[in-house]
Amino acid sequence: MDITSDTHSQHISRQFNQELEELKTHLMAMGGLVEKQVQDAVFALLEGDSHLAEKVRDNDRQVNDLQLQIDDECTRVLARRQPAASDLRLVLAVIRATSDLERIGDEASKIARNAMLLSESNGNVRGLVEVRHISEHVRKMLRDALTAFARFDTELAMQVVREDELVDDEYGSAMRSLMTFMMEDSRSISSVLSIMWVLRALERVGDHANNLAEYVVYLVKGLDIRHSDPDKLDQEVLKKS
Amino acid sequence: MLASFSSANAASAPVMRFSAEQCCLSIAQFHLAYAGKAALRDLTLDIPRHRVTAFIGPSGCGKSTLLRAINRLHDLNESVTHSGHIQLEGQDIHDATMNVTELRQRVGMVFQTPNPFPMSIYENVAFGLRLQQRLPKRKRDDIIEWALTSAALWDEVKDRLHRSAWQLSGGQQQRLVIARTLAIQPDVLLLDEPASALDPISTLKIEELIRNLKSQLTLVLVTHNMQQAARVSDYTAFLQHGELVEYGPTDQVFTNPRLQRTENYITGRTT
Repeated sequence: MDITSDTHSQHISRQFNQELEELKTHLMAMGGLVEKQVQDAVFALLEGDSHLAEKVRDNDRQVNDLQLQIDDECTRVLARRQPAASDLRLVLAVIRATSDLERIGDEASKIARNAMLLSESNGNVRGLVEVRHISEHVRKMLRDALTAFARFDTELAMQVVREDELVDDEYGSAMRSLMTFMMEDSRSISSVLSIMWVLRALERVGDHANNLAEYVVYLVKGLDIRHSDPDKLDQEVLKKS
Repeated sequence: MLASFSSANAASAPVMRFSAEQCCLSIAQFHLAYAGKAALRDLTLDIPRHRVTAFIGPSGCGKSTLLRAINRLHDLNESVTHSGHIQLEGQDIHDATMNVTELRQRVGMVFQTPNPFPMSIYENVAFGLRLQQRLPKRKRDDIIEWALTSAALWDEVKDRLHRSAWQLSGGQQQRLVIARTLAIQPDVLLLDEPASALDPISTLKIEELIRNLKSQLTLVLVTHNMQQAARVSDYTAFLQHGELVEYGPTDQVFTNPRLQRTENYITGRTT
């Protein structure tokens, strides 16, 4: 049985409705903050803006605080309400999602650190085209995963799951071309390595967005699709609806 | 346990079915009415052996009526009419060859309020045994100790077996009543809100007892407390307006029910 985004507002207890609503609102606020962190980190890197990079590193504390706050709210709901069925799935999905969002925050922080290193290096930085390309792709995945969460949209979530494979391919081919840059010019090794770390961080952001999308399917359909073969998933998800 | 979901039931309700070998009780197209007013409608439900099956549902949904029907407690009420079948180990309980006393020996029942007899703890447990057969005292004592141990009460009462049962606490009285039922070694134990009049600790003791008893017999539990059904039962049946809405493994019913009506009830939503 599928649920919709207003499923959690129909309890006899209005207080419970409100508690669940707040969980969703706070998760979305955390998602918005993390999205902005990734965007700023990538912008700082591409534009060589070390001030912005520093700001991203400072803001990571806010992301961590939000994780603690939302986890605490989830613990309280579990202890006081003993939720079942779709309510239980919502709380579990939120707990899992905060952990992934926090990790995305960490990845943004890593990108910012490399942005600061690169802004100090002289000369031409290779690989920015790849960074721009992959960052656009994973930022869209993250945005879609959060939208899918907000709207309980499994179709959009499945799209994110499929996108993740493309990002993995792009990451592989970017790594190969960066390797050639290093072989061609050994003076570029240090800056290319930084770019490689950035790409690695972006690829991880894609993986976490993929996880978020999987939680949406769990939340809406009660189907745990982690560790499943993506090719067979679509049919399974469609079959259950 | 091998079992399957079937949509054979009315309006393709998600109702789990069990094979004949797994079934202890098998209810088929059972209708029951009080003075012509339907209380149970077209109920088809298999209850597996050596498992705990919980009936949940709002007040007046028919869950207690169904439990009482399994024990033929409606027999003396002339306004009650019924049709369909309830089979215990393959034998119809309304069959002419079925003796109602024998049925109630095989199917024990425990009610919401503990109802010990006004006699000693020992005599309470011995009561059914004395009716059933004449036993040498030694043998009877052994069975009483076994029944009280199975009901997790022996250690608390072994030094005062000949004191009045009314001196026990509510939770102890309820376990005494369970021991009295166990003494005649039933195949099935029906529990109608067995813990709703008890404090939380006594409730947990009864729940622990239910879990331990399933190796010996088949248990059917009616409860208003959904967390209790979730904690102790293996299978959960949700009834509403005298109909079986959904029946499946408890894990599934409480994490991902198939029907909106079930979801609404177990999560406290307005229907």
